[in-house]
Amino acid sequence: MATETTAGTASTSTCVVDGSAVGMPQLCFDWWPNQIFWLIVTLVVIFFFLSRIALPRIAAVLAERQGTITNDLAAAEDLKAKAVEAEEAYNKALADARAQAQDIVNQTKAEIKAELDDATAKADAEIAAKAAEGEEKIAEIRANAMESVKDVAKDTAKELVSVMGGKADARSITAAINARMKG
Amino acid sequence: MATEAQGEEGGLVFHPMDQFIVKPLFGDGPVGLFTITNVTLWMALTVVAVVLLMVLGTSKRSTIPGRMQSVGELAYGFIYKMVEDVAGKDAVGFFPYIMTLFMFIVFANFLGLIPMSFTTTSHFAVTVLLALLVFVTVTVVGFVKNGAGFLGLFWVSSAPLALRPILAVIEIISYFVRPVSHSIRLAGNLMAGHAVIKVFAGFAAIAVVSPVSVLAITAMYGLEVLVSFIQAYVFTILTCVYLKDALHPSH
Repeated sequence: MATETTAGTASTSTCVVDGSAVGMPQLCFDWWPNQIFWLIVTLVVIFFFLSRIALPRIAAVLAERQGTITNDLAAAEDLKAKAVEAEEAYNKALADARAQAQDIVNQTKAEIKAELDDATAKADAEIAAKAAEGEEKIAEIRANAMESVKDVAKDTAKELVSVMGGKADARSITAAINARMKG
Repeated sequence: MATEAQGEEGGLVFHPMDQFIVKPLFGDGPVGLFTITNVTLWMALTVVAVVLLMVLGTSKRSTIPGRMQSVGELAYGFIYKMVEDVAGKDAVGFFPYIMTLFMFIVFANFLGLIPMSFTTTSHFAVTVLLALLVFVTVTVVGFVKNGAGFLGLFWVSSAPLALRPILAVIEIISYFVRPVSHSIRLAGNLMAGHAVIKVFAGFAAIAVVSPVSVLAITAMYGLEVLVSFIQAYVFTILTCVYLKDALHPSH
């Protein structure tokens, strides 16, 4: 690549002629001590800054972040468990409430039924009583009517007999009417 | 490629390598060991960028990170995971070291993409030192952790006995070639890309060609953005691979 390489014996002037490089400046050994000296200084300074300040600090930050993330994950896990627990409690409460509501419904139904039965029974009894009373009255009325019929028949028969010129005694008329009415 | 193109095509002037010249920031003297040069400036800017991202960006230590902190944490997690996955769990002690390498290379590469800037990682002086640091570290760690057992790395016990000496020679050669390829890969990629952009830019002087030239520069720039990150990544992951060899030398 380079047309001529300058040997280490040359002074600065052999590497640079008229402001431009002769061959490869990389192989100008006049400059090597200077470069090596400043490189060592640079490396020592960078090494100092990195190993004393930057790297421990970054390691600490990374560790801290890892810790924070772990803690947050644990907290999230905790909260999740709590949420599940709360959901379970809610579901349980819901089921309980449902059961209770069912109970109340059943109880109320039973109560209403009992009341209804009671009322029905009472009403039945009343109706039966009323019916019996009515029947009694009807029987009474019928008996009265029979008596009235008997009386009317007796009177009518007596009148009839007397009109026809006979004379009938009350006893025989009554017996005749009773026999007729039975027949 | 560099200077000989000058003059042959009339007004066209190519100086693709001038961007790599090291020069003093103040005055015009020679470049000595402690001279403050453009290398110093751009390495200092690299340090500033690293500190901005990794120290100031994370200064709030927020549990929910902001933009800067997110990027810092991303870089941290990226390299940490790489070290852990590639080199093994017992290599996390080397994490700050590998992080330093990665942050330096990645920021130097990206700062080098700023027009008129100086790319420190395009110089062999820089990458060779980085690669040698890795090589020496890996070798020392290998011998300290495993003693002579580290030499088992070169003795392929799964191969037939007759082949093992030959394989050992190959393994030893490849082991010593590692720092060479490690360093030249990084500097070569960056230097080539930057030089090619400069060459395309030189063609922009011809009015007819300049739209094509601008398009080509744009495309190359996009490629260089990729290369900047990928080369930093490759350098780092190879370091991890070598470290794995040092910690677990058995094949």
